[in-house]
Parts: sequence; structure tokens; C-alpha cells
Amino acid sequence: MSEVHAGLEEQIDRWRTWVLRRPAITPDDAAELEDNLRGRVDDLRAGGLDDDEAFLVAVRRMGNLDDVSREFAREHSERLWKQLVLVPDVPSDAARRWRDLGVLIALALCAGGAVKALLAFGDDEGFALNVGFAVLPFLAAYFAWSRRLPGRVVGALVGLAAVLAVTVNLYPFVGSPDDDVATTLVLVAVHLPVLLWLLLGVAYAGGLWRDHARRMDFVRFTGELVVYFALIAMGGGVLVALLFATFGVVDVDVQPFVSGWLMPFAVPGAFFVTAWLVEAKQAVVENIAPVLTRVFTPLTLLLLVAVLVALLTGGQLDAVDRTLLILMDAILLLVLGLLLYSISARDPLAPGTAFDWLQLALVVTAFAVNVVALVAMVTRIADAGWTANKTAALGLDAVLLVHLVGTGWLLWRFLRKGGTFDAVERWQTRYLPVYAAWAAVVVLVFPPAFAFA
Amino acid sequence: MHIEKDLVAAAATPLVLGILADGDLHGYAILKRVGELSDGRLQWTDGMLYPLLHRLERNGWVSARWDAESGRKRKHYTLTATGREALADRQAQWDVVADALRQVWSNLQSPGTTEAWA
Repeated sequence: MSEVHAGLEEQIDRWRTWVLRRPAITPDDAAELEDNLRGRVDDLRAGGLDDDEAFLVAVRRMGNLDDVSREFAREHSERLWKQLVLVPDVPSDAARRWRDLGVLIALALCAGGAVKALLAFGDDEGFALNVGFAVLPFLAAYFAWSRRLPGRVVGALVGLAAVLAVTVNLYPFVGSPDDDVATTLVLVAVHLPVLLWLLLGVAYAGGLWRDHARRMDFVRFTGELVVYFALIAMGGGVLVALLFATFGVVDVDVQPFVSGWLMPFAVPGAFFVTAWLVEAKQAVVENIAPVLTRVFTPLTLLLLVAVLVALLTGGQLDAVDRTLLILMDAILLLVLGLLLYSISARDPLAPGTAFDWLQLALVVTAFAVNVVALVAMVTRIADAGWTANKTAALGLDAVLLVHLVGTGWLLWRFLRKGGTFDAVERWQTRYLPVYAAWAAVVVLVFPPAFAFA
Repeated sequence: MHIEKDLVAAAATPLVLGILADGDLHGYAILKRVGELSDGRLQWTDGMLYPLLHRLERNGWVSARWDAESGRKRKHYTLTATGREALADRQAQWDVVADALRQVWSNLQSPGTTEAWA
């Protein structure tokens, strides 16, 4: 019997190879499709067709492989998270990538020019407030161009950014006598990029910012951008150090050139090239994300356990101040970053693993550390009064804590088979606007509320 | 008979959930059942069933497990409790649509009514 159907087996083998060439289709999917194909072939042969005819009809019934693969990619966007390159519907895909890079480099030069102008004409405070406006609009312009953003979305984004720019620059910040920069100005300078980044997300999502999958794509984009940018910045740092060392030997001072010209153009340039890399080479990136989270999740858990033990046993918690609050924020941010990063790279259909339990342990420990620190601090803050810094740090802590508790709860339900991983994912994307809202409050409401001090 | 693509797509989820309510099946068996239920008039592109099944799995409406039957790896799908709720919900929605359509069809069949409007 197998002798007779050797030809058919060969055809099925070739078909499987052909199917597996699609990046959106995994071997498991191919096995499932193959089972279907074989079932169909068996039925058609029983109906009187010969092997070749049955195979041809069965393959036709399977449908256009491009369409099927696109459907798989839409359903499993984490496998290949940029909808635009799911299926090469444009044959000149490589050419388009190079054109994209050209446009991005041109925009990066514009951003570098804007940063340079800001350095030349503004003081330190003006630079801190406006550097986001000098860089991010150009990246937003790239997304608007590559995603053919609708005009009304462009209008809304430009309008919002303009309102923000005018408002923060008109605020009459007053520095205190001992410390010449106003606290609220520092807070605005820190929170403004977050707000602008989330606005950029609207452009990244092609205006469809309510869509869960697009938001998740933006989360992935952000995570990969951070990792890639760190790598490129380290490489750049090595090069600059070599530059200084070599020119030091021949006694030429390159400092004015480096700080005056190289940095204003190189840093935004590195940022834009990173964005392009993440967009174009995501298949490479996808392999990094799970590895990084698997390395750093256990390490962070160890750190948190050590912190918790220290806080509970030896710690003098009445000496705590805003530094501890900011530290707590940093810890929560790290834990949430790790969680988001691994969630965004995870196959939502995979069953719970030991690693998911490890993440839950991380959430619970971070929560415990935070509660211990907060309980110790709240009474003291109430005694010492609410400064802008403490209010901002405590508010961020609350925002992060709610995010963390929600994630922990849904993760627990998923691991106890009471919920799906999809619910965990959706909670992440649903919560993103809360960060935008909080950043907007700090940027717009804090300065007048604390008398611009 | 050709049935419009949008209509097939809209019917797919309740149809698959309803078929799985009778018991666990693998993908091809679901397709065959659809064929039987519609006397072969409702034709799906075979490949499109699987992304749909994966979406139902992600929603937690069905669960899946791999079995090896006579040496062949096969994925079986089971309706979950949430899936049963979703099915009931879909059924209620389709009842409304079907009821409204039934009235439209009966109006079409009695030309006297149309003249009365004139």
C-alpha cells in the first residue's frame, strides 16, 4: 500500500515544505493543516479519484496559501508583529526597506538640526522642556508617512503636541533660592516625554489606537527599541572613547566637536536608526526578548526578596524620604517592564509554565516590597506635608501598583485555569491610557497646583 | 449555490461552537460536519478554519489537545464553559436576526401587502 502511494507522500512532503516557508505558520499549524489535507485526500480517493486528482482537489480546497497565511498572521500577531510585512504583497520588499531607511535618515538629520538649534538658542531649562518636541515629531512624521495616517488624526496629534509645547513653555516656573531649578519644571521634563511617547503610539498604530493588537505592537516596539538603543549606545560610547584617546595622543582637543556637533546629531540619529531596525528586523529581535526576560526575571526576583528582607528586618524605616519613594517607583517600573516585555513576546495559546509562576512570584514580591515601604511612608508624608516631588512619586506608585495588582490577579487566574492569557494581555493594553492621563496631570496640573515652584 | 463571503464569515463562529457542543472533534471533522449540516452548500476554504479555531482558543471558548491516533498527530478541540456561554449569546443574536428576516420574507411572499401600501 505504501509502495503505491509513494508519489502522493512525496507530493505531501513538498507541500509541507512549501507551507512551512510562510513565517506566520508554525510546524504545529502545518501539522494541523496536513492532517486536514490527508483527511480530504482519503475521502476523495474513497470517492473514486486517483492520487494525483485527490491531492490537487484537496490542495485547492485548502485555499490560497497567501490568504491562509495572512489569516494566521492576523490571529498570531506576536509571531510576526508588524502587519505591514506579514505577507510580501509588494514584491520589492527589500527596496521599500531601503527607501524607508533613507527617509528615516533624512528625518534624523532634521531632528539633529532641531536639537542643535535648541542647544544654541535655549538655556538648560528650555532644552530639558523641549528636547522631546525636537525629536519625537520627526519619528511621528515617519510613522504618519509609512502608515498613511488619516489627515484628521495628524491634525489631532499636531494640535495636542502644540498645546503641550505652548503650555509648558508659557508656564512661569520659579526656582527656589537654594536650588535654582523649579521642582515642577523637573517633573514636567521627566513626564512630558512619556506623554509624547504615548501620542507617538497613536501614529505608530496608524490612528487605530483603540485596537488591542496595535497597542500590543507598540508595546513590543517600545521594548525592542530600548534594548536595541542600549546596544547601539554602548557601541557608540566605545567609539567616542577611542576618538578621545586617539586625538589625545596627537594633542588635538575634540571636546568642542563632540559636544557641539557629534552628540546632537548622533544621539537622535542612533534613536532613529534603532527605530528602523526594530521595524525592519523584528524576526531577529523576537529571539532576544524571551532570552532577556528569562535571564532577568529570576535575578530581579532575588533582588526583590533581598530588599524585602532588608526592609522587614534591619531597615530604619522612619528615615525614609522621597528617595525611597522614587526607588519604589523604579522597582515597580522594572518589574512591569519585564512583565510587559515577556508578555508581548509570549504565545498566548501556550499553557502555563514554571516561568509564568516565576513571574507571578515576581509580581507578589514587588507588591509586598511596595506595601511595606508605603505603609512606612504614608504617615510621615502626611506629617511633613505634600511637596510636588512626593505627590508625583506617590501618584506614580499608585498607578503602577494598580497595574501590577491587576496583572498579578489575571496571571493567577490564568495559571489556575480560571482565565485566559488573552485577558492578561488585554489588561496591559487597556491600562496604557492611564499612564498618558497621569503624565498629562503632572505636566499640565502640577505646575499651577504647586505655584510653579 | 454561492453564499456570500461575509455571510459565511459571520456564521462561522456560532457554527463551529455549536458543532463542538455535541462533542470533541478535530479540524477536518468539523469541516465535514459543516458539509453534512448544509448538504454541501456551505463551503469553507479548509485552511481558514484553523486561524478561526485558534482565535476561539485564545478567547478561551475552546481548548485544544494534541493526540496521536494511528501514528498521526491530531489536534482535538473541546468547547469550554465560557464557550458554551458565548454560544448561547450568539444563538440569542442569531434568533433576533432570523426572526426579523422571517418577517421580511413573509412580507415579500404576499404581494397583497405591497399593493396595500401603494
